[in-house]
Amino acid sequence: MTFMVVLTLAVGTYGLRLAGPLLHHRWQIPARVRTLLGLAAAALLTALMAVNALVPHGGFAGWALPAGVTVGGVAAWRRLPFVLVVLLAVATTAALRAFGVS
Amino acid sequence: MPRSLWRTIDLSVLPDVVPLALAVAVTGASFGAIAVSSAVPVWLVCAMSLLVFAGGSQFMAVGVVATGGSPVAAVLAGLLLNARHLPFGLALGEVLGTGLASRVVGCHLIIDETTAFALAQRDPRRARVGFWTCGITLFTTWNLATLVGAEVGQLIGDPNRFGLDAAFPAALLALLMPTLRTTAPRRAAVVGAAVAVAATPLLPAGIPVLLSVTGVVAAGREAPPRGVGSP
Repeated sequence: MTFMVVLTLAVGTYGLRLAGPLLHHRWQIPARVRTLLGLAAAALLTALMAVNALVPHGGFAGWALPAGVTVGGVAAWRRLPFVLVVLLAVATTAALRAFGVS
Repeated sequence: MPRSLWRTIDLSVLPDVVPLALAVAVTGASFGAIAVSSAVPVWLVCAMSLLVFAGGSQFMAVGVVATGGSPVAAVLAGLLLNARHLPFGLALGEVLGTGLASRVVGCHLIIDETTAFALAQRDPRRARVGFWTCGITLFTTWNLATLVGAEVGQLIGDPNRFGLDAAFPAALLALLMPTLRTTAPRRAAVVGAAVAVAATPLLPAGIPVLLSVTGVVAAGREAPPRGVGSP
């Protein structure tokens, strides 16, 4: 991670944010494109989640991590508070590792 | 900062903003802790929260670089994720204010929460007040929480011993859950995630996550999904 990455991402994001209010009167994004952007965001974030849970360093990294994330996922599905979801996932992974499961 | 700003802030919307701020604080602290555990220096973690102020893309960029991806892939993935801010801005329009200054400053506060919050208000004046009050509160919270998370994260040594590598994917999953309850985005997400995981051993890091957008073709034509990847 370098400052150039942060700066490029920041400038690009700012441009995307500024374009909307400036173009407000002149341009309407088609509903279909809006839908596709939302779907792409869901796919990207879920993929990032899955890669970090299953193959974090380019290969399978043991069961403790995906088991913890699964417990967190069940907690989120049951609508538990955000803090509990994260804590349950972390505690499960840590406990499994303490018992020798990689 | 626009001169009318202090007249614009209205404390009567605060009770609705506080729960949002709590969730943003937890996410921001997780981001700070996870970023320093991925060897990002504290000042850079904080600079990212100040300048980018879009949690999903910040997690994305750190995650892509941490798994060995190229800087270009990290920026591309982050920007692709932030493309949704363009339609947000179009929808908000004059909620930010009519002057150039309020648009130039206010647009940096366009995130999932502030957009949803402003669009949920009854009249234009309340929408404007809600947007600015919510935006300034969440911006402050996000940046303070990032700093606290990064400082605490530095103290604890190898984060994996405490299972902290599970925090990031679990936090993402929790943020995504409202979206994943809807059929079309869920299909896109499951297919996209499967493509990314299958491609990870074969392709350079960062590319597989970008390939997940192919999951969109699996979604079919259905109602638009809700926004994801806040702060």
